[in-house]
Amino acid sequence: MEQTIHNERRDFLKKVSLSGGGLLLGFTLFEDLMAGPVQGQFVEGLKHDFNSYLSIAPDGTVTIASPNPELGQNIKTSFAMIVAEELDADWNKVVVVQAPLDTNRFERQLTGGSGAVPHSWKRLRNAGAAARLMLVTAAASRWRVSPAECTASEGMVMHEATGKKAGYGELVMDAAKLPVPPEVKLKDHKSFKLIGKPIRNVENKNIVTGKGLFGLDFYREGMMYAVIQRPPAFGTQIKLVNDKAAKAMPGVTHVATFKNNVAVVGTSTWAVLKARKALDISYEPIPGTKPESSTDHDALFTSMMNRTDAKVNRKEGDVEAAFSKAAKVIKREFECPFIPHNPIEPMNFFADVRPDGVELVGPTQTPGSARKAVSDLLKIPENKITVDITRLGGGFGRRLKFDYVVEAAEVSSIIKKPVKLIWTREDDMGGGSYRPAVRYRFEAAIDAQGNLTGYKLRGVGINVGNSTRENNFPSGSIDNLLIDSVDHSSPITTGAWRAPVTNFLACAEQSFLDEVAEAMGKDPVQLRLELLQKARTAPAGPVRYDIDRMEHVIKAVAEKSQWGKKPGVAQGFSVYFSHASYVGQVCDVVMEAGKPVVKKITAVSDCGIVINSSGAQQQVMGGILDGFGHAMYGKLSFNNGEPEQKNFNAYRHVRMKGIPEVDASFVDNGKDPTGLGEPALPPTGGAVANAIYKATGKRIYKQPFIEQDPLKEAE
Amino acid sequence: MPVYTLNVNGKALKVDVAADTPLLWVLRDNLRLVGTKFGCGIGSCGACTIHLNGNATRACLTPVSSVGTSKVITIEGLSEKGDHPLQQAWDEVDVPQCGYCQAGQIMTAAAFLKKTPNPTVEQVETAMNGNLCRCAAYHRIREAVLVASKKTK
Repeated sequence: MEQTIHNERRDFLKKVSLSGGGLLLGFTLFEDLMAGPVQGQFVEGLKHDFNSYLSIAPDGTVTIASPNPELGQNIKTSFAMIVAEELDADWNKVVVVQAPLDTNRFERQLTGGSGAVPHSWKRLRNAGAAARLMLVTAAASRWRVSPAECTASEGMVMHEATGKKAGYGELVMDAAKLPVPPEVKLKDHKSFKLIGKPIRNVENKNIVTGKGLFGLDFYREGMMYAVIQRPPAFGTQIKLVNDKAAKAMPGVTHVATFKNNVAVVGTSTWAVLKARKALDISYEPIPGTKPESSTDHDALFTSMMNRTDAKVNRKEGDVEAAFSKAAKVIKREFECPFIPHNPIEPMNFFADVRPDGVELVGPTQTPGSARKAVSDLLKIPENKITVDITRLGGGFGRRLKFDYVVEAAEVSSIIKKPVKLIWTREDDMGGGSYRPAVRYRFEAAIDAQGNLTGYKLRGVGINVGNSTRENNFPSGSIDNLLIDSVDHSSPITTGAWRAPVTNFLACAEQSFLDEVAEAMGKDPVQLRLELLQKARTAPAGPVRYDIDRMEHVIKAVAEKSQWGKKPGVAQGFSVYFSHASYVGQVCDVVMEAGKPVVKKITAVSDCGIVINSSGAQQQVMGGILDGFGHAMYGKLSFNNGEPEQKNFNAYRHVRMKGIPEVDASFVDNGKDPTGLGEPALPPTGGAVANAIYKATGKRIYKQPFIEQDPLKEAE
Repeated sequence: MPVYTLNVNGKALKVDVAADTPLLWVLRDNLRLVGTKFGCGIGSCGACTIHLNGNATRACLTPVSSVGTSKVITIEGLSEKGDHPLQQAWDEVDVPQCGYCQAGQIMTAAAFLKKTPNPTVEQVETAMNGNLCRCAAYHRIREAVLVASKKTK
């Protein structure tokens, strides 16, 4: 079966002519085009001036522009694969380039929320299919045969009866003269040749040879280097700055104090790093603000748990009656600390603020928001500000914030020179926007017949907003339910961290459900299946997840992991729905020398159609190890507002030794693709904690696990 | 500032920098060899790993004044055509996610394989444990080192 897509606007495909010969066809992937004819400068000014996102050159080279920032989610490869699939392009002739920020032509030009592929899926296919149809039509017309008799494959149109064939490059001149097809047929997913295959990252060669792809690698003749001394503790401000010694250091050209920052600018990175150490700055608490310590947060969370004015996020039935009539009540609290993102490339950005405009270059997940913020700061209209997006050395949500972009622009505007601002690891780990510290309290009411009749969840956190995901499973499957939250406003800054909120909520919830199952005398898999059946047959309020898909991953991962059938292996179960995808995980733990050791994690993911099976594996394997590492080791603590861990010697990340094996497989259901950069992370902590419990009889209620019994003495 | 003549990737290169400047910043800022990455500045992440007389060395902790006539090899000089067995294996196994740490990973692995051409899995894990990959592409890094070790035979 083939799908037909109607092009809503005829200008979705545009012809491009180049004065120099070269480029002949251009297609925009996005509907909301600016009006007016497209002027092609694709080949000449590739970086700044191109106006099309798919082009075919006379030599058959297909160039595809990727608008979204690449931070390791492999979007640059995936986007191109989707276009090339419908185009039936020869993958060896596909070139992918990163597009600069252009809000006139691109929608959602950001990386976050695991949303790029779902958003662009149909748009990209549409572009490829339209181009293919025009090339086939051009060939058929040249050969005086019916287009229906022609086929296309690997960059070539063929007419079987006569044996005629022509490459796309030979046909673009003719194709460019044709009208844009008003509608195109998309392939059935079963006939995909490229989508679903393990296609290597298009940037591999550049990465393994050390090409300067990243923001920190950017260089402009005459640029200055800058570092900034920020207040070391949240909730403090500058009292006094003595910058005499720093200014006298060799290679230093400027020392500038602005807001609560002291920027040191000079001719090399080392010069400014050394000079920064020579700054003599004293700080004081911001009036009306109390710098916080992690030791205070324990009492704070306890008081927040007792608050009577919590924000109710979801309420079903009569939860108090269910608890008063319960034969058994289980009440447990779970807690996680702040953690930094720690992308391995620290924050940095290049800015050149000139009277005629601003040039920004660097790693950002949100180029549009960054430009807006710079525009607001400098009172320069956005159309005078360009943003080139470099490759990002990781993001994990940190580069959704654009504080460092604004800083770079401010420094450049002060010194009136192009500048590259660099953060050190200490700046990065101490510089805020952390995963918030959160505590959850779960309560379950079980009646005399052993039914789960009531469920309560309160989330309390620091600068987290709503710390619950109230419409996720098990909501919908329990008649009496109350989910509420309390937030505390703190000077410690927080932000989205890979799978925001769910990165710990899932761990807590899946651990709690394991305990509930045990109290009900049920297998954890069986409990979840029964709850889903209840949500299907007698839902309690709205059900905002797909019951069938969740049920499927539960059953599939139970089977794949040989759930309950591995002698000598303690297994823990977890399943979570986030970013529109479903991931079930089973963790295998064995006891070695009296200690639980995490051996393997089996995952089954339903993210709809898998675009690139190699990239998808990476996202799941990396997401699981990321979830594992942070559950085990991650902790950033504070003393009077100052982070106590400032570099990798004091902050532990997962490393190669001791990683569990990961078995990642995918559900093949032909559904439109959903997110995959984040969904594999949330279930991991719960699966690990549940397996450790199975092995040791000890439940873990707090991250990092390594500080809790039974792992504590293990280190 | 003193002038140093460094032997980098087989070429004699002159730089005029402060004696305590880490080789990392000399490579990046002065010689524009940006494949060697900055990650932590304290030798804890391995993103800046280079070869100093064939030994895997953290460029962030190596003052330029200590380099002398030692042979410095960076990722740019690991192979002429980017086809060192490790570079090939990294592509074949499709290792990189964000890719930032990978040059350091490859340099650590290259020095290791030279000394240990037939490593066990455990030896690979021990050798590579100092190199942080924040995307946690560890399974594939490990596999690629083993794949490369078979290529060199």
